[in-house]
Amino acid sequence: MQFSEVNWFKYAAPQRFYGLAGRVVPWCAALAVVLTGIGLYLGLFLAPVDAQQGDAYRIIFIHVPSAWMSMVIYLAMAFWAAMGLVFNARLGAMLATALAPSGALMTFIALWTGALWGKPTWGTWWVWDARLTSELVLLFLYIGFMSLHAAIDDPRRADRAAALLALVGVVNVPIIYFSVEWWNTLHQGASISFSKGVTIATPMLLGMLVMALAFWAYAIAIALARLRVVILEREQHTQWARAELGTV
Amino acid sequence: MVWNSWSDFVAMGGYGLYVWGSFGVTAAVLTAEIWSVAVRRRALIQRVHDAATADSGET
Repeated sequence: MQFSEVNWFKYAAPQRFYGLAGRVVPWCAALAVVLTGIGLYLGLFLAPVDAQQGDAYRIIFIHVPSAWMSMVIYLAMAFWAAMGLVFNARLGAMLATALAPSGALMTFIALWTGALWGKPTWGTWWVWDARLTSELVLLFLYIGFMSLHAAIDDPRRADRAAALLALVGVVNVPIIYFSVEWWNTLHQGASISFSKGVTIATPMLLGMLVMALAFWAYAIAIALARLRVVILEREQHTQWARAELGTV
Repeated sequence: MVWNSWSDFVAMGGYGLYVWGSFGVTAAVLTAEIWSVAVRRRALIQRVHDAATADSGET
């Protein structure tokens, strides 16, 4: 009757995925800790001072990874929301709701560190230019997704409404990414681009990439940990969830 | 190693406020996120447990 019950992917059942996620979380969390240690050592102790920006540039080691994750998580959220919408897959919708708070926090970190980087290098915390404004719109999209979902009592209807919002908002992601090329902006161009290659020094690049991997590992760990709670919340009336919650 | 002393490291070439303001708030936000997921899980367990005891008439 439902697509989610077809065995095209055995972990599509929330109960199966709950167990799988539980095994993945500790590994990703441990990886995040190790990579953060290496990345911070590279970025704060080995990478040389920047000729133009002094030590203020070291904000790059969290600003760029968090900005990347803010977009990657949005794409993942929209993808899984669409899976929930199109295939009526409950797990997809649950994954989307589990990703939203992490994406919003990554966006907040990108904006916050951007402001603290902008003040010493541009002389201002904020400008209403294309890159900054579209990233702020991304934060509002995450908040809108979560608010809309929370405002509708029936979870399946909430899933569908929020999924539509997420899908409409996808158009904002390429706008953020290409904004520094499409419009004149205070924001510097990409440190790594497909057309120009790498434009920064090796230890800086290495530190940034390791920190980016650390943020990836963290995001996977926290989103899956939250997904496990979301699954239990929604399945709390089933036998297996009650056993997991220790009430049977 | 690019620093001569810990005070050099903390000062960040005069940009300490901006650099540590970024790293500090990021650490605080991520710690709060982990805490919030743990709290949400505990709250669910408590809620379900309370409902179960109310149903079965136990105290």
